[in-house]
Amino acid sequence: MAAYTINVNGKEHTVDVLEDTPLLWVIRDELQMKGTKFGCGKALCGACTVHLDGTAVRSCSLPISVVADSEITTIEGLASGDRLHPVQEAWAEHNVPQCGYCQPGQIMSATALLSQNSSPSDDDIDAAMSGNLCRCGTYTRIKAAIKTAAKK
Amino acid sequence: MISTLLANKNKKVNRRDFLKVSSLGTTGLMLSMYIPVLGCGNDNPSAAFTPNVYLEINEKGDVTIIAHRSDMGQGVRTSLPMIVAEELEADWSRVSIRQAIGNEKYGDQNTDGSYSIRMFYEPMRKAGATARMLLEKAASEQWNAPLSECKAQNHLVVHDPSGKKLSFGELALPASKLSIPDNYVTEPKLKNPKDFKYIGSETQMLDLQDIVTGKAIYGIDASTENAKVAVIMRCPVVGGKARSFNYTEARKINGVLEVFEIEGAGIPPQLNKPLGGIVVVANNTWAAMKGRDALSVTWDFGPNADYDSVQHQDALIKELGKKGTARREHGMVKRTFDNSNNKIIETTYRAPYYAHGTIEPPCATSKIENGKCHIWAPTQHPQFARDAVADALGMEKNDVIVNVTLLGGGFGRKSKPDYVVEAAVIAKETGHPIRLLWTREDDVHHDFYHAISAQNIKVAINKNNKVVGWYHKTAFPSIGATSDASVIEPTDAEMGLGAAGLPYDIPALCLESLPAQSSTRIGWVRSVSNIHHVFAIGSMVDAIALARNMDPAENLLDLLGTDRSLQFEDVKAEAVWNYGEKLEDFPFETARLRKVIEEVVKKTDWGKSLPKGRAQGIFAHRSFLTYVACVVEVEVDSSGNITIPEVHYAVDCGVVVNRDRVVSQFEGGAIFATSLALNSEITYKNGRVQQNNFDGYQMARMPQSPQNIYVHIMESDEKPTGVGEPPVPPFIPALCNAIFKATGQRVTQLPVDLNN
Repeated sequence: MAAYTINVNGKEHTVDVLEDTPLLWVIRDELQMKGTKFGCGKALCGACTVHLDGTAVRSCSLPISVVADSEITTIEGLASGDRLHPVQEAWAEHNVPQCGYCQPGQIMSATALLSQNSSPSDDDIDAAMSGNLCRCGTYTRIKAAIKTAAKK
Repeated sequence: MISTLLANKNKKVNRRDFLKVSSLGTTGLMLSMYIPVLGCGNDNPSAAFTPNVYLEINEKGDVTIIAHRSDMGQGVRTSLPMIVAEELEADWSRVSIRQAIGNEKYGDQNTDGSYSIRMFYEPMRKAGATARMLLEKAASEQWNAPLSECKAQNHLVVHDPSGKKLSFGELALPASKLSIPDNYVTEPKLKNPKDFKYIGSETQMLDLQDIVTGKAIYGIDASTENAKVAVIMRCPVVGGKARSFNYTEARKINGVLEVFEIEGAGIPPQLNKPLGGIVVVANNTWAAMKGRDALSVTWDFGPNADYDSVQHQDALIKELGKKGTARREHGMVKRTFDNSNNKIIETTYRAPYYAHGTIEPPCATSKIENGKCHIWAPTQHPQFARDAVADALGMEKNDVIVNVTLLGGGFGRKSKPDYVVEAAVIAKETGHPIRLLWTREDDVHHDFYHAISAQNIKVAINKNNKVVGWYHKTAFPSIGATSDASVIEPTDAEMGLGAAGLPYDIPALCLESLPAQSSTRIGWVRSVSNIHHVFAIGSMVDAIALARNMDPAENLLDLLGTDRSLQFEDVKAEAVWNYGEKLEDFPFETARLRKVIEEVVKKTDWGKSLPKGRAQGIFAHRSFLTYVACVVEVEVDSSGNITIPEVHYAVDCGVVVNRDRVVSQFEGGAIFATSLALNSEITYKNGRVQQNNFDGYQMARMPQSPQNIYVHIMESDEKPTGVGEPPVPPFIPALCNAIFKATGQRVTQLPVDLNN
C-alpha cells in the first residue's frame, strides 16, 4: 500500500492503495466516481477512457503509480456546471446512446480527438474511436455526433 | 422467454380487464391497473390478473409513472410512459418515472422476447385513459357541469363553454375519492390515433442527460454502505468443481478478507443457479482480483473435460445424414426428391457458439438485513431473480427485494439470474453487503451461449423452374438442456424461431431436427435460433435464385406466393410457435412480408450498377411478429476485407410508439448482426472456452460496422410489435448474399472467413 495524491477534474485527492491499482479502480472504488466504466480490464473496449493531460487513456490498464501529477479528467469533469460540453450536447442532439454504458468512454475519446483535430475526416474518426466498443451498435450516431460537435 | 422457450403449453388467456382506484394517502390519485397477461412468460394461471402499472399524480400535478420493465437501451423506460401520458393528456415535461422492484403486482416484468410494447400498448393506453376520465369527472362535479363539456388537455381539464380550467394537481385529490364507473374499466374512451402527440413521435430517452454526463446508475454502480467486493474463480469446464484449493498467497494480498467455496448446480447447470467456485472477498475490486489471481486450485473437470466444439460440430454434420424427427411436413417429400427430372441443390451450414458480450459484465449488489435480502442488479427479469435468490437463501419471496438498475446491455444474458444468486449467497456467507463483479474473462468463459449448430437444406426445382421441394434439417443443443439434461432436441419454440414458420408456397416440405447433446450452458442471444436458422434459409433462398436464374428479390417474392394468411396446419406441435401469441391474434400475413420487400427494393434502388467488388444482397423475415426486409451492400477488396457502405431496412412493426427508438434498434441490430456474421465465435477445446476477452471474442468496431443504415418504417395501424430482435435475423443472409454477389464465394459457415 502507498499514498498517492492525484488531480481529478481539478481537485486533489489522496488515496492509500496498492501500487499497481489501475486508475479505474481508484476513481471508482476510492473516489466513488462511477461515470468511468469497467468493461474488459485489458484496454480492449474503451469503457474506462479518461483524459490524462488531455490525452485519451484506458484507465483500467494505467497503474496509479505512473499517474503522478498529471491532470486527470473524467466524464464528470466535462460539463461546466449545468452547461454540457459541446460533445455531450451533440450526443444528446443525435440521441446517440442506447444502453449508454460505453458512452462516457466514447465521449472521452471523442473530446480528446476533437481537441487535437478540430475537423476530423471519417478515417480520422474511425482511427480515434476504434478502441471503443459499443455492443448496442451506436457507431453511426457517434460518428454523426462527432461531426456535429466539430462544428460547435 | 424462459417459460415460453422451455414449455410449449397452450395457456388459457383470460381477457377480462379490471381496474381499481384507491386513495394514495392525501397525496392524490393512485391508479392501479389489472390487466390480463397475454400468454408470455407467466406460467401461473392464478397470477393472470395482476396489477402491472401504478400511475400517481400528486397535488402539485406531478405525474409519476412506474417503469416496471428493464431498460437495456431499447428505451422502454421512456416508451411505455409515453403511451400512458398520451391517453392521460399529460404534459410530458411533468412526467417522471420510478423503476419498479420485482413483484407480480406489476404483471409481467420479463424484459425479453421483444414484447414490452406488444404486451403493454393497450393496457398502458387504458391506464392513461381511465385516469384521464376520472380527472374529467372530478372537474365536472366541481363545476356542476355536464361531463361531455369537460375535456382534459395538456395537464388541465378545461370547461368548454366557459373556458374554466382546473389543473391535474387540483383535481388529483377529488379524483381519488371517486368510485370508478364500470364502463371506465371495460371500455375506457381511447383517443383517436390521429390526435396522438407522443405516440409515433421521436422522443428523447428520459435517461439521456444522465447517460451523457456519467450520472446514470447501472448495476456496477449501485452501492450500499460498507459493501465488500467479491469475485469468483469458477471451474473452466461446465460441470467441474474444485478438488482442493490453497489460499495462502491470496490471503497475503492487502485487502483480501475471506476465501471460501460456493456450490454450483453441477449438471445440468440450470439457468438460475451459480456455477460454483472459489470466492475471494476483499475491501476493494483490485484486491479481490489480485487475490483471485493468487489462488491455486486443483479441479475435477467432470464429464465435459474433453469437450471440443470443432469435433461436436463435425459430429452434428454427420448426424444430418440420418433421418430426423419431423417437426413440420406436407406434400410428397420423398417422391419430389427422388424424381430425377427435378434439379436438386443442397448446402450444409455451420454457425458457432456466440457470447452476449454486454459491455457491462454480470454484476450485482446484495445486502441482508433484518431478515430481508436487498438486491441491486442489472436484471432483465427481476421476478425470476427474486425467486432464485429466495430459493438459494431459503427465504420467503417477499423478503427478497430486487431493485432494477439500468442495464449496460442485456441481449438475453441478464435474464438469467445466476450472478444475482452469487451475490446473495456470498452476502449471507460473509455477513457483509457484497458487490459481486464478473471480469470480462469470467463473462467470455462462463456465459449462457447461443448454441452451436449444423443444418442442411435441400431444394428441388422442377423443369418448369418452380421450387417444388424444401427439406431442412437442423441440429443444435437446446436451451432446454441447460435445465434438463434429458432434452436432446430443440423445443417447439426453438423450432419456431425461424425454421417452422417458413412462409414459402412450396408443395413438398419437410423440417426435421436431430439430436444434439449439450456440454455447456446454452441460453438465448438476441433473436435466438433465428440467428442460425435464418442464416441458412436466407442463404439457400439466394442459391435458389441463382439456380433458377432469377433476380434474388423477384425469387423471394415468387417463393412467397399469393397473399395469404398462413395456418401452419402441417406443424407437428400443438400449434406453430408464434412468439407466445395465437395466430388469430397475430396472424402471419404474407402480404405484409411482400410489402416490406417491395419497399426495400424501391428504397435501395435494388439492382443498381455497382463497381467491381461491390454488391447488394437481400433477405426478408418475420420474427417476433415484426416483418423486416433488409438489403446490405458490401465492398470486398482484393485481400478479402469486407466493408459495409450501406444497409436498408423496411419494417412493419404495426403502430410505432417512439419512432427514434425503433430506428435506433434497427441501427444497433445491424451492427450486432455484423458481429455475428463477421467477427464473433466461441470455441471449446478440452472443455474450456478458448477466447478470453475482447481480443479473442471479437465484436464489430466502428470501421467494420455499416457506414450508413437507413430504416424505412411502414405506416400501419396494426397492433404494435417489438423491434429489439427482428433487425438481426435477415441482416446475416442479406450480407452473405451480397458477399456472394461481390466475390462468387458462397458463405456456408459463420463467422465469414473469405480466406478459408
